[in-house]
Amino acid sequence: MKWIDFARPATLNEAIGLLADNGGKARILAGGTDLIVQLRAMPGRINNPDLIVDGKSISELNELSYSPESGLTLGAAVPCYKIYQNSEVAKAYPGLIDAASLIGGIQIQGRASIGGNLCNAAPSADAIPALIAHSVTCKIVGPNGTREVAVEDFCTGPSKTVLEPNEILVSLHFPPPPPGFGARYIRFIPRNEMDIAVVGAGVSVVLDNGSVKSARVALAAVAPTPLLVKEAGAALVGKPASDSTVSEAGELAKAAAKPINDMRGTIEYRKHLCDVLTRRALDAAITRAKGGAVDAH
Amino acid sequence: MPTKSHVQTRINGENIEFLCEPRQSLLECLRDVLQLTGSKEGCNDGNCGACTVNLDGRIVDSCLVLGVEANGSEITTIEGIATPQGLHPLQTAFLENAALQCGICTPGFLVASKALLEQNPNPTEQEVRFWLAGNLCRCTGYDKIVRAVLDASKKMGASV
Amino acid sequence: MTTTYESNIVLSSKEYDVLGTRPIRHDGHDKVTGKARYGADVYPTGLLYAKWLRSPHAHARIKSVDTTKAEALSGVQGVVTGKDLPETLVEPGVDRTVTLGELSTDLKYLREGILARDKVVFKGHPIAAVAAVSPHVAEEAVGLIEVEYELLPPVLTAPEAMKDDAPIIHEDLETEELGESTGKISNVAQHFQHKLGDVAKAFEEADIVIEREFNTSTVHQGYIEPHTCTADWNADGRVYIWNSCQGPFNIRDATAEVLDIPLGQVRLTPMEIGGGFGGKFEPYGEPVAALLSKKTGHPVKMVMTRSEDLECTGPTPGSFIRVKMGATRDGKIVAAQAHLAYEAGAAPGSPVSAGAEAVFAPYDIPNMLVDGYDVVVNKPKTAAYRAPGATNAEFASETVVDELAEKLGIDPLELRLKNAAKEGSRKADGVRYARIGCAEVIEAMMEHPHYTAPLAGPNRARGVAVGYWMNAGLQSAANIAVNNDGTINLTEGSPDIGGTRASLAMQAAEVLGIRAEDVHPAVADTDSIGWTFGTGGSRTTFATGWAVYEAAQDVKRQMIERAAMIWGVDKDSLEMERGVIRSEARRQVTTQRTAGTDRYRSVLHHHEEPEEPELSMTFKELAEQLNATGGPIMGRGSVDPKGVGAAFAGLIVDIKVDPDTGKIDILRATVVQDAGKAIHPSYVEGQMQGGTAQGIGWGLNEEYFMDKEGRMANNTLLDYRMPIAMDLPMIDTVIVEVANPGHPFGVRGVGEVSIVPPPAAIANALHRALGIRIDRLPMNPGAVVKALWEQSK
Repeated sequence: MKWIDFARPATLNEAIGLLADNGGKARILAGGTDLIVQLRAMPGRINNPDLIVDGKSISELNELSYSPESGLTLGAAVPCYKIYQNSEVAKAYPGLIDAASLIGGIQIQGRASIGGNLCNAAPSADAIPALIAHSVTCKIVGPNGTREVAVEDFCTGPSKTVLEPNEILVSLHFPPPPPGFGARYIRFIPRNEMDIAVVGAGVSVVLDNGSVKSARVALAAVAPTPLLVKEAGAALVGKPASDSTVSEAGELAKAAAKPINDMRGTIEYRKHLCDVLTRRALDAAITRAKGGAVDAH
Repeated sequence: MPTKSHVQTRINGENIEFLCEPRQSLLECLRDVLQLTGSKEGCNDGNCGACTVNLDGRIVDSCLVLGVEANGSEITTIEGIATPQGLHPLQTAFLENAALQCGICTPGFLVASKALLEQNPNPTEQEVRFWLAGNLCRCTGYDKIVRAVLDASKKMGASV
Repeated sequence: MTTTYESNIVLSSKEYDVLGTRPIRHDGHDKVTGKARYGADVYPTGLLYAKWLRSPHAHARIKSVDTTKAEALSGVQGVVTGKDLPETLVEPGVDRTVTLGELSTDLKYLREGILARDKVVFKGHPIAAVAAVSPHVAEEAVGLIEVEYELLPPVLTAPEAMKDDAPIIHEDLETEELGESTGKISNVAQHFQHKLGDVAKAFEEADIVIEREFNTSTVHQGYIEPHTCTADWNADGRVYIWNSCQGPFNIRDATAEVLDIPLGQVRLTPMEIGGGFGGKFEPYGEPVAALLSKKTGHPVKMVMTRSEDLECTGPTPGSFIRVKMGATRDGKIVAAQAHLAYEAGAAPGSPVSAGAEAVFAPYDIPNMLVDGYDVVVNKPKTAAYRAPGATNAEFASETVVDELAEKLGIDPLELRLKNAAKEGSRKADGVRYARIGCAEVIEAMMEHPHYTAPLAGPNRARGVAVGYWMNAGLQSAANIAVNNDGTINLTEGSPDIGGTRASLAMQAAEVLGIRAEDVHPAVADTDSIGWTFGTGGSRTTFATGWAVYEAAQDVKRQMIERAAMIWGVDKDSLEMERGVIRSEARRQVTTQRTAGTDRYRSVLHHHEEPEEPELSMTFKELAEQLNATGGPIMGRGSVDPKGVGAAFAGLIVDIKVDPDTGKIDILRATVVQDAGKAIHPSYVEGQMQGGTAQGIGWGLNEEYFMDKEGRMANNTLLDYRMPIAMDLPMIDTVIVEVANPGHPFGVRGVGEVSIVPPPAAIANALHRALGIRIDRLPMNPGAVVKALWEQSK
């Protein structure tokens, strides 16, 4: 029987060494909520790794540090609950909190990490549009050193990322929110929790005297990767944060979406939802930017 | 033949060591290795909550934890909720409120509910429903489960 | 959301000492402490684990199966394929028929469903199985089995399968037309018809006629414990099986039939069962595990994965239904016609006959014509699911009834009450009802404050529907042994899925005048109790309850005889009431004592008072004397009751719809049901709430999403969306009690009917909220938005 080994390295270097020694047949384990399910897939469906490298003892992967000046550094293995339990982080990065508190149920949130959600690279990943909205940069470490990648460029296809076999996603860097910042992630699911996004929308706005200084709109589950819709954000810039500008962004998001027909929705329905969710997410982000509160989700 | 891993844990207050293959989940270790069969397998992919255990103070789906990861951890399973003095108030409330029918989801609901009341002793109905969203019950429609948790919360509050 | 009514009400018709109270269930402590042992909690010494190889194709011929590599893998101990199952033809081309649950099937289909031999007819069809030292080794070995297939086009829905040019799934399946074999080979296993009066004439005379077509998706029972079994083929030839099942005897017999061994050779021990809802009447792994055990000499355990359970066990059918109903202007329904085509799945035997019986059953309609078609398709063979067949059918008819009410301008419950079936009404199959509670259920709905409560806010509305289910009788057995401490041991054969140990113990306690807590109920293995049909058809509290009643009466008779002997009086002078045995013939007592009772006299003298003693003993006092007065007392009951009482339920539901996303939220739900007599009201409420929740899931989101090749795309509990706690409100209950004249305590059976009304009630609410009528299940968000788009066109 194929044997799978397990290692729990204490340092990043050790982990990178293990990856190198196993020639692409090692996988990094964080919360395990995707990886362990994949290990269990019936034979033939996936290539099982030879080695599982548990990243949870590596300090860089567990970092959760925030300051108003430098922003947030979120280690790739930090579980969701630690994020939303941190009130400073919750206040500064509301889109992140939206995502972290709706991934799975309480049991999943005790384990699942935002970095893991990103590395799993599902088109429907809840965290990724929120990360895009927050203009996150990914810190990647490999045998040749460190590199940084904008989060919207991290996923290259379903379950595919820019990570080379010997590289590790170490942490996510969130720039400090500028004044007048608001963000929101919402998704549409048929149930009220415990579901996969039919469509997800992560947005952020920066308001200046009631008009939009900058904006980002990102969508989940409507393309092979989570999608930054630059034109939707751009359409808002310089305009008042009003219903009509928000509607315009919704239309642009709808036009940019390239969903497929599947068990979770038809192309037509998903495109329609892109419009609905983009508008709703922008309304909430604007409310937040103005200092208001919005419903949990 | 590769060797199994040696795992040291505290389970339900006792030091327990076991050997497992790295690919075995904590749920498999609890059931197949340690014969703690109170934790149930309903889906094996984190969508039903029947295997919920408390791992170092957080509830998790034990099917989504590797047994080897539990090394050095403190685990509470359904078998560790009652004491020699008697049932936990939640267990009593589940019985008094008829909050179980087939009972297969009950261990997971009890472990999850206990963690809820520990961090939020007076939850609202909606807070109970939200916390228990990761636990599927197909028999009850959740009504009597939610009532039982609220009832236990009230009784535990009254006894303090 | 506030109501002056209590959340749970019992409109009790008759009071008893024990029945109607709410004791703690007898198996409760084991189930809240994790001690209760369920199907997969069996670990005999030397246990091996087995896994299935399943077809990735929905329709294909098997050209070859090569297990060589799998057998060579280290840790593998045995492999079986379809060729290992014996042929069991009674004559060439004809197999035996076996009854399983509420359905019966040809043994050929059962056997070929367990392990395919020449052809696979659904995705996931088992082809082989491997036993190994660990489940991981078994799984890896399964991947090493090589199968060559010749692919055939799959056919996936009833209307598609009924077409003349449809691919034929079973080359030897002859269509039965109105009871006659036609000799024609097609995917239609059976067409039958119920006819009452003259519908054509009645439709002409009706002032208003509505005809609609409906499609419903395949849905699964969704019990939380997947199918599992462990088998040990003992050295003496006996086959021991431990499993999670609803029908231990049904599965024992089916397993023996498939293995072609005498049924007494199999002993089946039902472990605690983690839900069934009709889906655990059929053997899937039992014969396979038994064969593997015989081959390896070890006990063998099989546990399905969740995906296997969804893809490879029996769901309830998808269906195509056409319903036409006509009424006069004053609100009398005069004619009803239905065409029901149900997907049987990969072998004949859908519950379409139950659907045909149920479709108009809540109403007294003089003219009815119902056509039913049992159609095979390349999906898993369907099994029973809570009121099997009825929910599909009554979703259709209750939607049309609602539309009739709307067009007639009559309150929807008033229309239903005006036409409600009652004692003497005929169903479509011609059978007349005994006393039923259909009208009482509708009246209780109308009187409930929920029905008239204000419902403010946009896109919110209220809907109602009622439902019928026939319930089942069938055979049950029970034994009672009296302990010397006055408690009793109750042994019976019905697996306890939802508190039936309690509801059975309570019936024994009521007869004997003892407390429910004084009864020790046990579910026995098939060596230890008489043949008992499984827990299904809402029958356990009714039929096994009756067996328990008879066993308790038997004990009571013997206790009276024993007391008469002790007292030396005529047994006819004794009576036992509320657990106290008394003699009516006090005065004769002293003179009637005979020598034969002298040895007990000292005991009696001890109790006697100087004057006329009252001859009385409690059940417990007599129980203490049993060993000294002739030995233990055991009672037995065995029944095959015919007085099955039909069940009716109704749902009032408030919904909120988001017209932008199409999502429906359930705001409030009140379920009303006639229990006949609610033995343990808490568990009756639980059945009502659970059935309502399943009906809501069926109505809103549950479906088998099949791709064109017949593969279920949503084969996990993430994507097969059963309601979670956040999806439901509290579900209020009203128990109506219209005693069933066919049961000593008036019990009807409560397990199923509450699943029937929700889909129609939600559809009717949706119409009131947004003006759209949805003619398909599920009414998921995408379907609602699509209907809104079509409406605005």
